[in-house]
Amino acid sequence: MENINQRTWKQEWQSRRKNPLSLVLYLLVCGAALATFSGILFIVGYILVKGIPHLSPSLFEWTYDSQNVSLLPALINTIYMTILALTMAVPIGIGSSIYLTEYARRDHLFVRVIRIATETLAGIPSIIYGLFGALFFVKFAGMGLSLLSGAVTLSIMILPLIMRTTEEALLSVPDGYREGAFALGAGKIRTIGWIVLPSALPGIFSGIILAIGRIVGESAALIFTAGTVAEVAKNLFSSTRTLAVHMYAISGEGLYVNQTYATAVVLLVLVIVINLISELIARRLGSESSDE
Amino acid sequence: MSKLTISDLNLYYGDFHALKDINLDIAANEITAFIGPSGCGKSTLLKSLNRMNDLVRNCQITGKVELDQEDVYRDLDINLLRKKVGMVFQKPNPFPMSIYDNVAFGPRTHGIHNKAQLDEIVERSLKQAAIWDEVKDRLNKSALGMSGGQQQRLCIARALAIEPDILLMDEPTSALDPISTAKIEELVIELKSKYTIVIVTHNMQQAVRISDKTAFFLLGEIVEYNKTSQLFSLPQDERTEKYITGRFG
Amino acid sequence: MMRSRFEHQLHDLNTNLIVMGTLCEDIISKSLVPLEEDDFYLVNNVSKTFQKIEQLERDIEEQCLKLLLRQQPVAKDLRRISAALKMVYDMKRIGAQSAEIAEIIALNHIQSGQELLVLRDMASHVIQMVTDSIDAFVHEDEDLAQKVIAKDDYVDQQFDTIKVELIRYFSEAAASTDATSDGEHVLDILMVAKYLERIGDHTVNIAKWVIFSITGQLDGETT
Repeated sequence: MENINQRTWKQEWQSRRKNPLSLVLYLLVCGAALATFSGILFIVGYILVKGIPHLSPSLFEWTYDSQNVSLLPALINTIYMTILALTMAVPIGIGSSIYLTEYARRDHLFVRVIRIATETLAGIPSIIYGLFGALFFVKFAGMGLSLLSGAVTLSIMILPLIMRTTEEALLSVPDGYREGAFALGAGKIRTIGWIVLPSALPGIFSGIILAIGRIVGESAALIFTAGTVAEVAKNLFSSTRTLAVHMYAISGEGLYVNQTYATAVVLLVLVIVINLISELIARRLGSESSDE
Repeated sequence: MSKLTISDLNLYYGDFHALKDINLDIAANEITAFIGPSGCGKSTLLKSLNRMNDLVRNCQITGKVELDQEDVYRDLDINLLRKKVGMVFQKPNPFPMSIYDNVAFGPRTHGIHNKAQLDEIVERSLKQAAIWDEVKDRLNKSALGMSGGQQQRLCIARALAIEPDILLMDEPTSALDPISTAKIEELVIELKSKYTIVIVTHNMQQAVRISDKTAFFLLGEIVEYNKTSQLFSLPQDERTEKYITGRFG
Repeated sequence: MMRSRFEHQLHDLNTNLIVMGTLCEDIISKSLVPLEEDDFYLVNNVSKTFQKIEQLERDIEEQCLKLLLRQQPVAKDLRRISAALKMVYDMKRIGAQSAEIAEIIALNHIQSGQELLVLRDMASHVIQMVTDSIDAFVHEDEDLAQKVIAKDDYVDQQFDTIKVELIRYFSEAAASTDATSDGEHVLDILMVAKYLERIGDHTVNIAKWVIFSITGQLDGETT
């Protein structure tokens, strides 16, 4: 039996014909989606096509020299940089968000000032962070071009992002949970630690993933603060380059076009893998906290 | 000697005088109902009994609330108060954890960590809330997967787990279907023998069905407070009569 | 005005009770009419009126039960509807007793005389009591209802008077040597008087229910 509530193609076509404007809009909207999709496909495809043929084991040598332009040191530095920046930014970001949402009066002047500051910080171009880092951390604080300078600069850069997503995650925790906890005699700390934070974890986590993405892709700020030494960092104060910086460096010289594309492929794959993992984890966390 | 004594209580939200000169004695092991039109102060008074109003900005309270002759605002520690006075809310609010952890949250908060003890408390509370049989095989499943009526009974179990003296219920069945409502009403009547219950309700038939005493609130005042059978058959105040017979304009 | 529909329905209930009260007044007076005019078709009339009364009793019962179900009344509304439910029973009994009176009257044993005057007096009193008790219900007049209860004393007195008269008549008749056909008419008078006295008692019940609907006090005895 044919369902009476499902429109056949004939009915669809007829209703569209009656209202040409809706048809035009529909086509425009479909077109936009297609354009987006093809754009992404094109970029990714182009890079893969140009880069994959040039992927070779020499790119993954432990030490870099101008022959193999190995990306492995840069890759390892990227991981160090990410971990370091996150270690600094995440506790501070989550801490201040908790203060802003759970402790401070929501309409207090102080809160509003912090919020404006955060939003401003979020909009500053990364090159300016780089310049600031160069002037303050590298020169004034005497840390020099180093892993540390780069990490501190990056942590300031991702702080607004972490704060914003954490705050949203905390605000989206229903007040009913907090009320329920208080009514049972739980203090503020227990309520936040056992009820609110765990509930907000998926949101916080996605904020961290976004921050990781930003770090991995950052180049301008790091050139001025961490430098471009193509070696695995020996300590916090060694100058190092990350993957994005590495790409910039080798492409600048004009000699390694193919390897640049190959490095780009690796960077792309890294980003995609990070995103996929975050999807998976977010889905698992999300499904744990809602119904089974 | 009454269980809960409220004397000359006044409550202000900023400039708004929400509760006016409230004097009330709530007897032990009885069900007292608060009825009245929306915004008349009944939920506000309820929340003042376990100091949930402390969470509200701009809220000022004068007067006295005594639980077993102890001043709730001056003498009792707030978390200890909330151990003695439990609350169930209008919208069921189970935590996003397993059923077991939900019920165990209260006891754990108050220092009980021994697994055997917790097991026993969880079972006892779920039985008291008449939901044990339905969930005993899935204590580790998330509480959010239950129906509304079950969630509310879980919240009741959670409140009972800390063995309070008084149970405050803020329109506990207003969001539930008739069958769940009936189950919970039955439950509340049974609980009366061990607990003192104060229930805010919009449903007058519910007040008539289950409560021993009823207080009628209007514009922040208690207009009439009497035995339920008396208040509903022969109200003393004309405003009470008008409200309960639905003639309120 | 809130619950205007409910108010309307309560008003309809009052109207029906007034109609039933009027029918009761009617049937009481009609039941005694053959005493005044020798019209036997009036007996038929009386039984038709009684049927109307019975029908109204059923209608009002149904009306009250529906109100209880659908409107969930409390306080005064509940008292009034419950009182109405009880009152229609007593009014139906008044109708039944009047029908009995009519049947006795139709046997045409009673001739005019002293006893008739008393009977008519009793009848006019109970008719007034019926009117007043329904009035008291509609206007929520507690004093009027109390007056109805007080009036019953008079009706009871009238009954005692008749009893004394008839006993005197019997003892006189026994002393004389007249035929005994008169015995029947005496018994008929007694029965009519008894029925009228019972009607008075039912009216008192109605008045007591009226008082309940106003004050919530249930009187210990209903007669």
